[in-house]
Amino acid sequence: MTQPMQSLPEMYHTMLRIRRVEEALAERYPDQEMRCPMHLCTGQEAVAAGVSIHLRQEDVVFSNHRAHGHYLAKGGSLDAMVAEIYGKSGGCCGGRGGSMHLVDLEAGFLGSAPIVAGTVPLAVGAAWASKLHDRDQVAVVYFGDGCFEEGVLHETMNFASLKQLPVVFVCENNGYSVYTPLAERQPDRPILEIARAHKLSVDEGDGNDVQDVAIRAGKAIQAAREQFKPQFLELHTYRWLEHVGPYEDDHLGYRPAGELKKWRKRCPIQRTAQVLTEEYGWSQADFDKREKWVAKEIEAAFQFSKESPPPDSITASQFVYAE
Amino acid sequence: MDRRASSAAPKSANTAKKNRGVKRQLTYGEAIREGLYQAMETDPGVVVIGEGVPDPKAIFETTRGLREKFGADRVLDMPLAENGMTGVCIGAAMCGVRPVMVHQRIDFALLAMDQLINNAAKWHYLFNGQGRVPLVVRVLVGRGWGQGPQHAQSLQALFAHIPGIKVVLPTMAGDAKGMLLEAIQDDNPVVIVEHRWLYNIRGLVPQKPKRERLDRARLIQPGKHVTVAAFSYMVVEALAAAKVLAEYGVELEVIDMRSARPLDMEPVLDSLVKTGLLMVLDIGWATCGVSAEVSTRAVEEGFEHLRKPPKRVTLPDHPVPTSHHLSVDYYPDAETIAREALVLLDKPLPDDESEEVFLRLHRALPRDVPNPDFTGPF
Repeated sequence: MTQPMQSLPEMYHTMLRIRRVEEALAERYPDQEMRCPMHLCTGQEAVAAGVSIHLRQEDVVFSNHRAHGHYLAKGGSLDAMVAEIYGKSGGCCGGRGGSMHLVDLEAGFLGSAPIVAGTVPLAVGAAWASKLHDRDQVAVVYFGDGCFEEGVLHETMNFASLKQLPVVFVCENNGYSVYTPLAERQPDRPILEIARAHKLSVDEGDGNDVQDVAIRAGKAIQAAREQFKPQFLELHTYRWLEHVGPYEDDHLGYRPAGELKKWRKRCPIQRTAQVLTEEYGWSQADFDKREKWVAKEIEAAFQFSKESPPPDSITASQFVYAE
Repeated sequence: MDRRASSAAPKSANTAKKNRGVKRQLTYGEAIREGLYQAMETDPGVVVIGEGVPDPKAIFETTRGLREKFGADRVLDMPLAENGMTGVCIGAAMCGVRPVMVHQRIDFALLAMDQLINNAAKWHYLFNGQGRVPLVVRVLVGRGWGQGPQHAQSLQALFAHIPGIKVVLPTMAGDAKGMLLEAIQDDNPVVIVEHRWLYNIRGLVPQKPKRERLDRARLIQPGKHVTVAAFSYMVVEALAAAKVLAEYGVELEVIDMRSARPLDMEPVLDSLVKTGLLMVLDIGWATCGVSAEVSTRAVEEGFEHLRKPPKRVTLPDHPVPTSHHLSVDYYPDAETIAREALVLLDKPLPDDESEEVFLRLHRALPRDVPNPDFTGPF
């Protein structure tokens, strides 16, 4: 049995937790109390779970607008995330960021931001700092296939490769930018080869199979950490819900018929559950136990958010400049 | 006639009280180099990066010798990737590095506006005071010698529009060093606008790494008739005009604004109490420019002292053409300032004296260099 397999229960828990948190957010979103755009990663949980299992607390992660999974998998506080989406003072940004801007410095989650590819150079900068200061620290950045259309991605990969920085570029290729499929945005060529042309070590895998992700990410993170070799991972996955918001949107017709159904069958959580049943001898009680833990934690997070006082608007002018 | 004109330009314009007693003179460019050197010596987290930093021209000498002293890891050239590399520097700044980026032309920094505005300017605010971006971006205004519409712009207003960024424009050599040192120490992104025509001007520069605040304008030439709030190289032109006008009994009170954000209006408002007349001189355009901001603030906060509307002396509202034949009238200078000052004062001098002032301040052709020993191609 390979190393990541031993951590399968933990990764299952991580994925289940992300899924249930987002389901709870989606359920309550229509109440109009979470008044910010919310991009759910439902269906894509395996990427964050499989990458984060190899990260240390001091390793740093940057993410994008669809950040809930990345943040939670890295150890970001659930209470602070939910409160942030509710715009409360107990939120990780005290209500200044909302769903698209998560941060937990203690957990090594240095921030997420929605400008496409905007955080990619930040991760490379963190990796540069790590190398300059001779720290044993890896930087990871999650981004989508759309970033290959942004110049800054290439500018940044060029530098990471030139200076051999300990960074792992994780591309979640879910095939769409908002409603626009990849084929309408990019020529028919493997994006992996572009990363290879930048002389990064590259690999691609099944982003809906947490074991596959974990095996590939493990190698990549180790090579970045020990050999200062920048890494690129392309993980194929699929967004189940609308680009932004809590609902399904298959009725809009921008996805080919049957595509969503096919990917739903490849649910990373169900697939892992099957492995746990068949190879780890998990019983229904084992699954129920985890559902219970997660549900309890989620309930507490919503309770925390509810009780967290709203921030005072008089403080909105603070922190424009660091003192 | 032309000899007289060039002799009106001050060799050393630094008359600041606090530097009295400091005898040592350096050029503006040398002062920057000394500042970088001392900052790197003091703080191992400081790195200097930019296109051409370690190349044979060494950013007009300002980075000369730094690599030899501090090594290639800390003094490095940069891929031609202004936006990406600004992001890289922001990420590094969050993690304990203090990067000093330099763009040989401010125009190149336009490619980095996304990272500067969306990330550098927002990070501290957005994350509720968590995270800091101690980033310095040096940008050079490349006026003259036909640099043309994309190599000679003065874009301080673009940066100064953004909360979260500090924008300073040192004029004197001592400030070039002192404000650079302070900017490097500052935990915020600071854009330093350096005008190329200041580079060869000598000024008093303390040897010690003495820091200068980034939020203070400075009165550098007292006078009782017209308040002149000037930015960057226009301070030099203002002092030249003030010197000649003073001989005819007309006194300009010249304030080196030094910073566009934060803007320090206090010396301007204090001065208006005395003069009641304001001229605002900027190296950039008027529309939505920093001169507009200064004028508005003067009207909002000092209206009762103003005897006339503020007069702005800025660039005409079009790009600068390359040919020096076309750009002859583009840049206002000491003569322009004297003419506008005398209009503000309702022509206090007899016509022949006014003409004499203008003649003495008139600059010979061609006007695409600051003085005869400053030649291209730079």
